[in-house]
Amino acid sequence: MLAFVIRRLAQAFFVVVAMVVLVFFGTYVIGDPVWMMVPGDATQEQVEEVRRTFGFDQPVYMQFLTFLGDVLRGEFGRSYVHGSSAIGLILDRMPATLELAFAALILAIVIGIPLGLFAGLKPDHPVSRGIMAVSILGFSLPTFWVGLMLIMLFSVMLGWLPATGRGPVISILGIETSLFSLEGWRHLFLPALNLALLKISLVIRLTRSGAREASLQDYVKFARAKGLSPRRIIGVHILKNIMIPIVTVLGLEFGSLVAFSVVTETIFAWPGMGKLLLEAIQRLDRPLIVGYVMVVVLLFVTINLIVDILYSALDPRVRLTGSQS
Amino acid sequence: MAEPVLAVDNLATHFFTRDGVVKSVDGVSFTVAPGEVLGLVGESGSGKSVTGFSIMGLIDPPGRIVSGSIRLKGEELVGRTEAEMRAVRGRSLAMIFQDPMMTLNPVLRIDTQMMEAVHAHENVSEKAARDRAVQALAQVGIPSPEERLSAYPHQFSGGMRQRVAIAIALIHRPALIIADEPTTALDVTIQSQILAEVQKLCAESGTALVWITHDLAVVAGLADRVAVMYAGRIVEQGPVDDVLDRPLHPYTHGLIGSVPGDSLPGKRLMQIPGSTPSLGRLPPGCAFEPRCSRAVEACRAAAPPLMQGAGGRAYRCINPVSAEEAA
Repeated sequence: MLAFVIRRLAQAFFVVVAMVVLVFFGTYVIGDPVWMMVPGDATQEQVEEVRRTFGFDQPVYMQFLTFLGDVLRGEFGRSYVHGSSAIGLILDRMPATLELAFAALILAIVIGIPLGLFAGLKPDHPVSRGIMAVSILGFSLPTFWVGLMLIMLFSVMLGWLPATGRGPVISILGIETSLFSLEGWRHLFLPALNLALLKISLVIRLTRSGAREASLQDYVKFARAKGLSPRRIIGVHILKNIMIPIVTVLGLEFGSLVAFSVVTETIFAWPGMGKLLLEAIQRLDRPLIVGYVMVVVLLFVTINLIVDILYSALDPRVRLTGSQS
Repeated sequence: MAEPVLAVDNLATHFFTRDGVVKSVDGVSFTVAPGEVLGLVGESGSGKSVTGFSIMGLIDPPGRIVSGSIRLKGEELVGRTEAEMRAVRGRSLAMIFQDPMMTLNPVLRIDTQMMEAVHAHENVSEKAARDRAVQALAQVGIPSPEERLSAYPHQFSGGMRQRVAIAIALIHRPALIIADEPTTALDVTIQSQILAEVQKLCAESGTALVWITHDLAVVAGLADRVAVMYAGRIVEQGPVDDVLDRPLHPYTHGLIGSVPGDSLPGKRLMQIPGSTPSLGRLPPGCAFEPRCSRAVEACRAAAPPLMQGAGGRAYRCINPVSAEEAA
């Protein structure tokens, strides 16, 4: 188990290094950030001055080595635009994004699993057909459009929920969150639902196919032959078997919820990392982009590790070992 | 004669599929006395497993029991609600399945699966349920049952898993166990161990057995009586020695003839030509007629009625095998 974790962390290290190299040179190629930083009527001397200040006059490999040196000293670079530490900016915005992603994940689970179970256990029921039809819509409708429609319906026409912003936040254990107030939830619900829509559909489909497959297994017949109640058969025997693929996919999808909340955050003006990234890309703010990528990579690696550990809790046949398999 | 544990009368279980009605079980009658072992023999698709599941009340749509009666210790089971059936299943009526690799849930520990069987019918403490599970495991010959309880099914061999399944079936001392080919998937040596074990346990607890199998050798060694099924009907039944020694129905005769052990070395094995008919499109007369070497014109006209023979035997054939031919 320990060997497994260590091996995973080593892998994570190399993934981070590779990503940093790729993104660093990638953003270098896109364009010259100086033009984003100086006023339009700046003189050539002023431009050169800025270029020297930020080290853009150096050849690219020198810039990269300087950057690596900074990283080794624990300094991940300063945002060109904000002037403050890039990682600091990202971490400031991270709670908002994580909160959104968590809320979306919870919605996906509490809506997706029961609906999927129903559709899987009663495949010919009209309600099941309805669930499946809606899940196809969930898959195919573009997020931004659904977001706009949600705002239109719930904020503009019905006026039930606010359209933008995060609402009041409460500081708990040093983390600002809106999860603990009603007003916070009112702000959170629409963006979370928008972000979760695709995942709800995904969970419905996974749960349904898993339940259909599991309900035909001999162990289900045997459980029925033992005289167990349907609740126990579905809630324990079937559910525990189908949780393995669901946990895998949700784990991976949580990463993408965080990384690609960009669209939802933009539509609902949610002050998270996604919005920060979008601004950084528009302004070629390289330290910020590189920092974001590092944070997301670490997040993905951590999630995968947690998923693997959850596996062994769910499926006794999976044993985590340090050896190559 | 004591009141039978199980009395199945004219049972018909049909499956209503898109391609028509499949009469998997059509007019099956038999009884099982307390402590008796009935061998239910037949080829794949003859309806023997569906008969077993019908008794358990585990027929799912599109199938259902269309007529007939199943009485367990005098009480009618057909027409009961699911909740009423659940109170019977696992307590007075248990079932063991064919593939021990599939019948235990792979992600639940043995203790969970055994204790839930106890809790399904008795309101006892965790500890009492656990003790019962330990006892049951010891009873079926699993060494150090306390330790094995916390194992997962994949840590057991096939034979051990079947023992666990048998232990679960026996946990409430049911009046009847339906065993659906429980030794088919096992090695021959394990098979005979399990057979001996089951025989001993059922004799001890007075549990009656319906042993569903296609293996006549198993029936010969285990059963008191045998019922031979063909195309959803019982074509012959009677005491096991009589039926195997002097079969009356040509199908039974053919089945016994196809067992390699009985023929002389170098001699061609007897075989039944053709294959089992599709249950959706049975011939109007005797279902076995197209494959039967003894068929006469009357066989094609109508299905032969059940005829009573001497010594508690019954058969559905108008031109039965004579004693000289059978020998």
